[in-house]
Amino acid sequence: MDLTLAIIVTVVGASTPILIAALGELVVERSGVLNLGVEGMMLIGAIAGFVVQFHTGNPYLALLSGAAAGTAASLIFGFLTLSLSANQTATGLALTIFGTGFSALAGSSYSARPVTLMQPFLPVEIAAHPIGKVLFGYSFPIYFAFAMVVVIWYFLHKTRAGLILRAVGENDQSAHSIGYSVIGVRYLAVMFGGAMAGIAGACFPLLLTPQWAERMTAGRGWIAVALVVFASWKPFRLLAGAYLFGLVMTMELYAKAGGGVLSVIPSELWAALPYLATIVVLVLISLRRDASTNAPACLGKPFLPTN
Amino acid sequence: MPYRLELTGITKRFPGVLANDNVTFAVKPGEIHALLGENGAGKSTLVKMIYGIMQPDAGEIRWDGQPVTVSNPKAARRLGIGMVFQHFSLFEALTVLENIALGMDAKIPARELEARIREVMTQYGLLLDPHRTVATLSVGERQRIEIVRALLLDPKLLIMDEPTSVLTPQEVEQLFEVLRKLAAQGCSILYISHKLHEIKALCDTATILRGGKLVDTCDPRQETSRSLAEKMIGAGLRDITRAEGRSIGQAKLVVSHLSTQKAGHFDVPVDDVSFTVRTGEIFGVAGVAGNGQNALLDALSGEIRSDKDAISIDGQGLGMLDTTGRRKRGLCAVPEERNGHAAVGDFSLSDNSVLTARDRLGMVVMGLINSGAAKTYTGKVIADFAVKALGPASTAGSLSGGNLQKYIMGREILQKPSVLVVSQPTWGVDAGAAAAIHQALVDLAAAGSAIVVISQDLDELRALCDTLAVINMGRLSPARPTKEVSVEEIGLLMGGVHGATEVHDAIPA
Repeated sequence: MDLTLAIIVTVVGASTPILIAALGELVVERSGVLNLGVEGMMLIGAIAGFVVQFHTGNPYLALLSGAAAGTAASLIFGFLTLSLSANQTATGLALTIFGTGFSALAGSSYSARPVTLMQPFLPVEIAAHPIGKVLFGYSFPIYFAFAMVVVIWYFLHKTRAGLILRAVGENDQSAHSIGYSVIGVRYLAVMFGGAMAGIAGACFPLLLTPQWAERMTAGRGWIAVALVVFASWKPFRLLAGAYLFGLVMTMELYAKAGGGVLSVIPSELWAALPYLATIVVLVLISLRRDASTNAPACLGKPFLPTN
Repeated sequence: MPYRLELTGITKRFPGVLANDNVTFAVKPGEIHALLGENGAGKSTLVKMIYGIMQPDAGEIRWDGQPVTVSNPKAARRLGIGMVFQHFSLFEALTVLENIALGMDAKIPARELEARIREVMTQYGLLLDPHRTVATLSVGERQRIEIVRALLLDPKLLIMDEPTSVLTPQEVEQLFEVLRKLAAQGCSILYISHKLHEIKALCDTATILRGGKLVDTCDPRQETSRSLAEKMIGAGLRDITRAEGRSIGQAKLVVSHLSTQKAGHFDVPVDDVSFTVRTGEIFGVAGVAGNGQNALLDALSGEIRSDKDAISIDGQGLGMLDTTGRRKRGLCAVPEERNGHAAVGDFSLSDNSVLTARDRLGMVVMGLINSGAAKTYTGKVIADFAVKALGPASTAGSLSGGNLQKYIMGREILQKPSVLVVSQPTWGVDAGAAAAIHQALVDLAAAGSAIVVISQDLDELRALCDTLAVINMGRLSPARPTKEVSVEEIGLLMGGVHGATEVHDAIPA
């Protein structure tokens, strides 16, 4: 019972940053932009969040500064790819490399200096009971992530602004000719993606490891990018996917620690599973020729008005 | 009564081109006004300025007598200007309802919008399911969305940019009904086209542009198609001159019992087709779109292979060969879709020449491209066929539709194929360019080639071909000399009546 409880809590913690970052990237990709800089923006958000938490001890301020730092990083990407029509793939990769280096530099004086972890959202009395712990024993970002799944789904499918965003990602030339600002919509989407990646990054020192470590996001940004494709650009599938990936990553930890049955499969294989699953899902999706893959038609293409 | 729209001295300059030069004309309320001109005459630029997509460099636009600045499409719609684009600005992954909602500036609740859409649809007989995804709709149905979207705004001026180029004759007739109904209610219509018979049938006034300048404003019903065409191209229209004494020789291309497999949901295969084309002969295949023309072209070009002897040239079977093999044997083909099938839009014209002419003209030596030869040949195509392009290095996608078609036809014709198969050789091409393409085909036949022309344009086929057959549901009628068949007979065959006795399940097209 205790182990199950521990596993659930670990899974939730491991899944949340991936889910938040992937939700941001989903919105970005729905607008037709492929930002491969999620990992970099997460690292920049992580160091910003860590520094603010270290100096103020206010985790909400830390999350907010993570969001601000992620947004700032995304603006570099936005300026290059949207205003200057640079190649999105190359720029995204460059942003990840930049974010890795920048966060390492900024964090160099903070090594081995612990911060306090973010506390559960609700009072400890409720969180003490096992069921209470599973349902209410988490801190703010976990509930934020769940709420954002619903908010983003509602935004994309039920609001006019969401319809415009999908239209821009589906056919930028048509959206332009009707009179929508393609570049403007994409800037907003990219900034939202940056803010979400920044929050996701700040979750690492606040939820998982209460100190600064270089490259502490450990490739989760890449999993977030893969997850968006895995989820066919749908928020609720993203939720399921993120928790599935979180579960597998937790299994890897237990397998490494010699956790009984789990260690039958080598931990390296557990570590490879999320990626294998992504490949399998991508193959399955592309086999369904008749149905559309749901990918935004303009994904990754720079917008150059033809008239 | 003041004019609905008045343009005075509109001028628009692009780097190197004067797209509109001091254009002045006016549209009355309830008038169907044609804007006529060749490709590149400046029609599209002009309406883009009226719709606010571009701004004029000089000149004045008056709306209901008041001078206005149309700064963007939103401002245009506020004035009451609606536009239906030539290339639909639709979102394939979204539903009809979502597409229409995107085109509305006012925020209307989905339910209310749907009610209004249904109202407009029934009023004008434009039937559509608002919840269908656009990707599943036909071209004609997609155009209906655009029209409904424009009509929901209660426009006082509706701009239609080449609306019929993708429609069947029946859909064209339905569209004209809607437009006449609208005009009767006082909505002005600015109708851009180069199809002269449509303009004569529909429009009250025609403004003709040539090279960016206004040439004439006239009543199209008082003009002949010929006089309109001459104003449009600025010169006397040349008749096709047939070389006297062109002799039709012995059988060149023999197709016998050719059948194809159904390839996709919308594919119409050809079924037991046989015909013979002789040297110097132009053989026409008429028919309503979607009756197996695509399969026939693919089977002849080599994209679909067949039995060895189903297709033969000079008695040698080549049904097993692919397109490259057939080109080597002298059979060249031009498919209907020019950008993406006949040419690669992102490639230069030079590279596009290499793609189809490499073997016949030795553009590839030991696996290396002889770019000099490709460039020289492309330059010759551009010069001989009056292609408006900067040069062989221009990308195919940068050319207008008519110019790209001239390039593609030139690229094949100058290879001097012994058999040429073309589909819709002048689709979307203006009168001047069409005449040039027709002349080139006649000249090629005079030089002894056998030519197959697949087209939906009966006037074109009757002017061009020596022999005619009609394709219907994948089956080809017996070939007849063009002079001996009447339009009525062809019409019956297109509807599926073969001969006098045999009646296939005729589809009311």
